[in-house]
Amino acid sequence: MNENLEALPELKQIIGALLFAAKEPLKISQINNVIINTGNILKGVYLQYTKVNEEQIKEVIKELENELKTLSVGLELIKVAGGYRLQNNMLCGPFVRSLLEKNKTMKLSKPALETLAIIAYRQPCLRSEVEEVRGVSVDAVLRKLIEMQLIKVIKRSDLPGKPWLFGTTQRFLEHFGINSIEELPGSSELKKIIPNEAKSIGG
Amino acid sequence: MINETNFVNDEYNVALEVFEGPLDLLLYLIKKDELDIHDIPIGRITDQYLEYINLMKVLDLNIAGDFMVMSSTLMLIKSRMLLPVTDQIDEEEEEDPRWDLVKQLLEYKKFKDIAEHLEDLETNMENIFVREGDHVQLGASPDIDIQDASVFDLITALNDALERIGEEDIKEIFAEEYTVNQKVNYITETLKITSSLSISDLFDGMISRQEIVCTFLAVLELMKLNSIKAIQNESFGSIMIESTKTNLIIEDIDTNEKEV
Repeated sequence: MNENLEALPELKQIIGALLFAAKEPLKISQINNVIINTGNILKGVYLQYTKVNEEQIKEVIKELENELKTLSVGLELIKVAGGYRLQNNMLCGPFVRSLLEKNKTMKLSKPALETLAIIAYRQPCLRSEVEEVRGVSVDAVLRKLIEMQLIKVIKRSDLPGKPWLFGTTQRFLEHFGINSIEELPGSSELKKIIPNEAKSIGG
Repeated sequence: MINETNFVNDEYNVALEVFEGPLDLLLYLIKKDELDIHDIPIGRITDQYLEYINLMKVLDLNIAGDFMVMSSTLMLIKSRMLLPVTDQIDEEEEEDPRWDLVKQLLEYKKFKDIAEHLEDLETNMENIFVREGDHVQLGASPDIDIQDASVFDLITALNDALERIGEEDIKEIFAEEYTVNQKVNYITETLKITSSLSISDLFDGMISRQEIVCTFLAVLELMKLNSIKAIQNESFGSIMIESTKTNLIIEDIDTNEKEV
């Protein structure tokens, strides 16, 4: 064995490279597995990488996050949908857009957003629950949202007819750039239990 | 807010675009006149609501049934408000007839606000790019076979077929002429001759609802047994059914004389 020890990358470099190459947000556990697996496959001096743990990775990610911020190179490390991803600084967006010749992205319609909002807070949630809140039939919208993979069928309920229960997807979080449903405003208040407004009409 | 040209071009969408539904329209009316949502002047709101519905009718918009349901709800509340309160003892317990509606409106409004928040987030995301120089793509991911027609698509096909024959004028009730089993056999036999056929062709020429429904159930039954698969090459495109094996084992089918 004649490995050049100096040529071995630091953990920070590896994680940086992984984040750069990943197409989807990377979870800590995923990064951990990749590094350990690589160590096991390459053997030799690489075996040292098999001793990495998630705690270490978390720390390195925090470091990377801060360093990118201080370097101010137009890149950010963001936690989204339970994982981490590299993305451009929002202020630079217009420039990136003209480079890529991207016009505005497709945006969701109001009915779609309302339906998503209800499902996000009330999941797992029946179609009828959405209709109750919105006061309109939501068949077409649900179908579209499923097609876009923003929502999915979680399971069937035990109610007569075994209707489907819907919930939001990973892609939903990615699309809106949030890490979890809890990040949405008033999520504890708006969830499953309908807040009782107390009988104060006319007051 | 109301786009005149849209009114002409896209009737159905406009009804949804301008007001997402009856609750949306009500909220709009309340906001417009700066009314107290907890103390809605029901008479005034009902009149305005009906005025809008009429306007939408004049403009030849398709008014969704949901709007009509709400107008009758409003009128019901209005009439109940006019009734004298007979039971003075239980005044505290007496429910304001508007309560349910108010509750519904407040609930809806909350989610409408959240929807706005989501819209803001979405707008922010327009300026965010990830690797591959792309936004997060919405749409079918490669691991899901877009070709498989969904149940919704199948039901749409059924609906189209049923709409085609319209309402049946039932004067006499006949013994059931068609069975699922019979249609299972029919589809299997047909698929032996041609490799694939479209669902609309399958329904073609059928004139009774019962026959169409039996055929539809037969398709579902065969799909369940994995004997056929329904394929849709583009969303909302026509659905083709194909047999999955060369030899269908119809004996296995447990739909003997199941009637609809």
